[in-house]
Amino acid sequence: MHKIEIVTRRTFLSHLVSTSALVLGANATPFDFMGAATEANLSGADNAAWNPNVYLGIEPNGQIILITHRSEMGTGIRSVLPTVLADELEADWKRVKLEQAIGDTKYGSQNTDGSCSIRDFYDAMREAGATARLMLERAAAEKWGVPAAECKAQNHFVVHAKTNKKLGFGELATLAAKQPVPKKEELKYKSPAEFKYIGKSLPTIDRDDILAGKGTFGIDATMPGMVYASIERSPVFGGTLKSFDDSAAKQVKGVLQTVEIPRFKGQSLMFQPLGGVAVIANNTWAAQKGREKLKVDWDKGANAEYDSTKYKASLIETVRKPQKALRNVGNVDAEFAKGGKTHEAEYYMPHLSHAPMEPPAAVAEYKDGKVVCHAATQNPQAVQDTVAQALGIDKKNVICHVTLLGGGFGRKSKPDYVAEAALLSKAVGKPVKVTWSREDDIQFDYYHAVAAMYLKAAIGDNGKPTALLQRSAFPSIGTTFNSAARYGAGFEMDMGWTDAPFDIPNIRSENGPAQNHVRIGWLRAVANLYHAYGLHSFMDELANLAKRDSVEYLLDVLGAPRKLDLKAQGVNYSNQGKPIDKYPLDIGRLKRVIELAAEQSGWAKRKPTKGRALGIAAHRSFLTYVAAVVDLEVDDKGKVKIHRVDIAADAGTIINPDRVKSQFEGASVFGTSIALMSEITATNGVINQSNFHDYQVARMNEAPYATHVHIVPSDAPPAGVGEPGVPPIMPAICNAIAAATGKRIRSLPLKRQLA
Amino acid sequence: MIQLKVNGKVQQYDGDPEMPLLWYLRDELQYTGTKYGCGQGLCGACTVHLNGKAVRSCQTTLKAAANQTIITIEGLSATANHPVQQAWREHNVPQCGYCQSGQIMQAASLLKEKPKPTDADIDAAMKGNICRCGTYMRIREAIKDAAKAKGGK
Repeated sequence: MHKIEIVTRRTFLSHLVSTSALVLGANATPFDFMGAATEANLSGADNAAWNPNVYLGIEPNGQIILITHRSEMGTGIRSVLPTVLADELEADWKRVKLEQAIGDTKYGSQNTDGSCSIRDFYDAMREAGATARLMLERAAAEKWGVPAAECKAQNHFVVHAKTNKKLGFGELATLAAKQPVPKKEELKYKSPAEFKYIGKSLPTIDRDDILAGKGTFGIDATMPGMVYASIERSPVFGGTLKSFDDSAAKQVKGVLQTVEIPRFKGQSLMFQPLGGVAVIANNTWAAQKGREKLKVDWDKGANAEYDSTKYKASLIETVRKPQKALRNVGNVDAEFAKGGKTHEAEYYMPHLSHAPMEPPAAVAEYKDGKVVCHAATQNPQAVQDTVAQALGIDKKNVICHVTLLGGGFGRKSKPDYVAEAALLSKAVGKPVKVTWSREDDIQFDYYHAVAAMYLKAAIGDNGKPTALLQRSAFPSIGTTFNSAARYGAGFEMDMGWTDAPFDIPNIRSENGPAQNHVRIGWLRAVANLYHAYGLHSFMDELANLAKRDSVEYLLDVLGAPRKLDLKAQGVNYSNQGKPIDKYPLDIGRLKRVIELAAEQSGWAKRKPTKGRALGIAAHRSFLTYVAAVVDLEVDDKGKVKIHRVDIAADAGTIINPDRVKSQFEGASVFGTSIALMSEITATNGVINQSNFHDYQVARMNEAPYATHVHIVPSDAPPAGVGEPGVPPIMPAICNAIAAATGKRIRSLPLKRQLA
Repeated sequence: MIQLKVNGKVQQYDGDPEMPLLWYLRDELQYTGTKYGCGQGLCGACTVHLNGKAVRSCQTTLKAAANQTIITIEGLSATANHPVQQAWREHNVPQCGYCQSGQIMQAASLLKEKPKPTDADIDAAMKGNICRCGTYMRIREAIKDAAKAKGGK
C-alpha cells in the first residue's frame, strides 16, 4: 500500500529545506470517509493514485521538518500523528519542527473527519520513520566502514557501540540522501517496549500558544488590505433573491459596498455557497450593522412549507410501515406471527447544529486568476475544489492555508464559507474576511439529520429477544451530493443499524425514504447518534421488561465472544472502508468494555435509590468499542444532574493517552447536550433557533461533574477516538433516567419531559 | 475621541462609540486572543478584564470602555504564567482552544474575588463560558489547583 522515495527538493516545499537535506516522500491511500457519497466514488473512479502524503526533511544542522497534513480542531492530531514518525525515526522531538500542509492532493486525503487520521496514517508514518532511520544508519556504516547492522539510531544520533563512534542525524543527512531507498522488507520496526513517544502523552505544539491567546484560528487570519463581510442569506433553504435595497446599509459608517452572491446551482449542492447579499465594510462590526439595514425580498421557494413538527409525524408514519431491508437474518415476520410476547417502541431525535465555538470563518484574496486563502477547514482539498468551481478556475490555482479550527465536528469539512470569501474578493478586488455570526451558524448549518426509529422484538425465554426488527428514516447526507436522494446511504446504515451486534436468531434492519428541507451534513459520530440512541434504549427496555440487570442482560444478549460476519448475512458492510479481517466486529471486545465500565462504575454494588440510578449503553463505531455508565439524579422538578460518567474504550493501539482521554471526556459532554437540551426546529421553513439562548449546549453546571475514562490496553490496529465516545452517551443517560424514574425517554432532547 | 488603556498601552479611538470592545480589540488592535462566539453575552468567549473584573467584551461598547483599563488574554501575564495559565498547562485543558482565552480570563477574575472557590462558586462563575469540546472537568480541576497554588488566600 505504501511507497517511499527520495523526492527532489522542488517537489517538497522548497522554502522549508536546504539543498543538502534528506527529503523523503511516502504515500498511503486512505479511505475517504465521505468518499462513499461522492460522485467520483459512485462511478468507481480510482482515487488510489500515487500521492505522497508524508514529507520528512532532515537538515545538515539536525533540524527535522515534518509536514503535518491533518487539520487541528481539538483532537491534537496535527501534533500527535507526527510523533509516530519521530518515534520510529528515533528523532529527538525537541528538534522536530512541524509545518502545516496547504491543501494538495499529493498528501492523499486531508479530510480530517471520520476519526480516521491515526488508523489511516499510522502505518505510513512508521514506515517513513523506519525508512529514514535505516538510511541514516547505512550512511553512518558507509562513513565508518562498519556493517550497517552494527549501527543504531539513538535519539537523533547514529552510534556504533563497538568503536564508540557517534554522528548526529544532521551530519549524516547529506550522505543518507545518497543511499538507495530501502525495500519494505528490509525495514525493521521498533517493538512497543522501545517506543519513546507512542503511548506517552506529549503536550500538543499548540497548547502554549492557546494559553497565551496567540493561536491563529480562521477568524483571526488576516491579509494585508483586507475588508470584512457579513452576508444576508435566504431565511428558507433554497430561496432565491428577488430584489434588495442597500441604500440604508451604505449609510452606515465603515460600509464600503454590497455584493450579491449567486444562489447554488444544480442537483448537487455539495459545498456551494447558499447565495445572498454581502455587506463589505472596513471592520466586522460595520459589516454586521450595515447588514441589519439591508432590505431584502426573497422568493422563499418550496421549503417554505417545511414544518419540523409535521415532519416528525411523517417520519414516524414512515417507520410504522415496512421499508427497504438492508439486513435480513432468519425470518422476523414468522417469529412475530407465532403470537408470542412482543415489545415495540418508537424513538425520535431532532435536527442538531454543530455550533463550533468558532463560527465558520475564512479570508481569501483573488488576484490574477488565483486564490490564496486562510481558512479554518477540516478539508483544504475540498476548499480547492469548491473555490475553483465557484470562480471557474483550476484547483491548482487555489492555495489553501489551514489555520487552527475553533471546533469542527464535521461543519468545517464543508467549505461554503471559503468560497464566499473568494467570490467576494473577486468582486471587490481586495482580500475579504468572511465571519459567520452565531445566528448565521445556527440558522444556515448543514444540520445533523432528524431521525425516527421503530423497533420491535419478539420475547422468548428469560426475556431474551428471538426476533428484532429495526426501522429508521432520516433525510440522508446523500441529499447534499444529489438532491434526489431519498434513502440512507450505505455508510449511514452501517453506523449502528445494519451492524447491530446482538445474538438474535431473527433480525431485520430497514430504512425508509425521507426528503430533506434543509442542508444535511455529518456531525460528530453521524448516523450512530440516532441509531445508537434508539437501539440501545430499546435493548434496555427489553432488560427492564425481563426484570433483569441491564449489564447482565446486555452481556447475555450479545452472546458468545465471536467475530460477527455480516457479509455472510448478506450485508454489504463498509466497516469504515477497512478490511474486516484487520478490523473485525469483535463481540468479545465489545463485552470487555461493558465489563470494564461496569466494574469501574461500581455497577454491581449500586442499587437505584429514589431519583438516582446508573444506566449503561455500549456501541462500536469508527471501529472502536465504547461502553458508558452514567450515574445521574433527577430532582423533584425533573432536573437531571449527572454526577459521574465512566467510559471504557478499546480503540486498539493509541498514540497519546492524554489526548485520547480528553476526546472521551469531551464526548461525554457532547452527548449530554444532545440528550438533554439541543434541538433545531423549523416553522415555515425558517429555523426557530438562532443563538445559545435557544440552541442550548451543556454548560459547566449542566455537564457531567466528572467523566472517568478507562482505556483497554491493546496492540490491535488503531481505530478512532474523535467520535465513538458520543453514541453511547445518549442511551446511557436515558437508561439511567428510566432506572431512576421509571420514565422512558423516547424523544430527544429531554428538556422538560420529567417536570 | 475615546481614550482607553489596553494591556498597559493608552489607545485613542474615534469611530462609532457603540462598537463593542470585542471588535475594536480584534479588528483594530489585533488582540485576536479575545474571541467572538455569540455577540450576545451568551458564551463568554470574548471575556476580558475591565478594571480587573471579567466582562463580556461583545456587550461592552467603546463608550462604556472609555477611560477604563482593559486587560486581554495577551496582557494577563507577560510570560503566560499567571497561576491560572500554569494550572491550565498542567491539566492540558485546551482541546480546540477557542474558548480558553475567555475561560482563563473568567477563572482569573473568579480567583481574585474568591481565592478558595467551592464547586458551587465555580459553577456560578464559569457557567457563562461555553466549551463545546467539553473541557469543563479539567477547567474545574485546574481552577482548584490554581487556588491552591495561590495559597488560597
